[in-house]
Amino acid sequence: MAKSNEVVWWSLFSAGGVVAALLVPALLFITGIALPFLGPVAYETLQSLAAHPLSRLLLFAVIALSLLHWAHRFRHTLIDMGLRRGGVVIACLCYGTALVGTVVAAYLVITL
Amino acid sequence: MAKPYVRRVPAAWWLKKPAYVKFMLREWSSVFIAVYCVILLVMLARLKAGPEAYHGFLAALRSPGWLLFHLMALLFAIYHSVTWFHATPKAMAPRLGEERVPPALLVAAHYLVWLVLSAGLIWFVLGR
Repeated sequence: MAKSNEVVWWSLFSAGGVVAALLVPALLFITGIALPFLGPVAYETLQSLAAHPLSRLLLFAVIALSLLHWAHRFRHTLIDMGLRRGGVVIACLCYGTALVGTVVAAYLVITL
Repeated sequence: MAKPYVRRVPAAWWLKKPAYVKFMLREWSSVFIAVYCVILLVMLARLKAGPEAYHGFLAALRSPGWLLFHLMALLFAIYHSVTWFHATPKAMAPRLGEERVPPALLVAAHYLVWLVLSAGLIWFVLGR
């Protein structure tokens, strides 16, 4: 059973890896460094930028897929660092957290 | 029938060779990216809540602690990108008819897309 689940999580890991690789550095620079330190963008401007349907989609995709990427990678990292088979608990915690994040992202993006 | 022997691996196995350390750094880059995603979710929530919440959020990010986090996260995110691009030709080798696409070309294409998307995003949000 574990082998057949693996494919799903690995596919999400792959998709998340690509999306994170291409988009996270720029987003990180924008929200973590530019906006706080290089002069903020007016609230109205940023709000309307984020509320654009394409922005909503992009934000959801980046957040959800990056979390799912982390979940799979981190689960295997824990196994590599000595938690052996890891067990169902670690898998549930990792994927569960990512799924919660996905739901929260969907909610925030829809109600922006 | 005897149980198969499972060799004990020391917890610090990955410190033994530089290649292993780089591997671990790459794996842990995903943690920084995940934490950043949570921060991004908080930002969206604050943006939803109104101008005061938004400016309060930015003010909180101006602390040295958060600046340090973001700088480290940025380095790790870039490390993820670079290692991902260079791993792609090993994971998939697309063909153009008979010939395999040269790995360097595949990697260069990723860098180009990365540059274009990053510049586009930065201009889109900050440049108006």
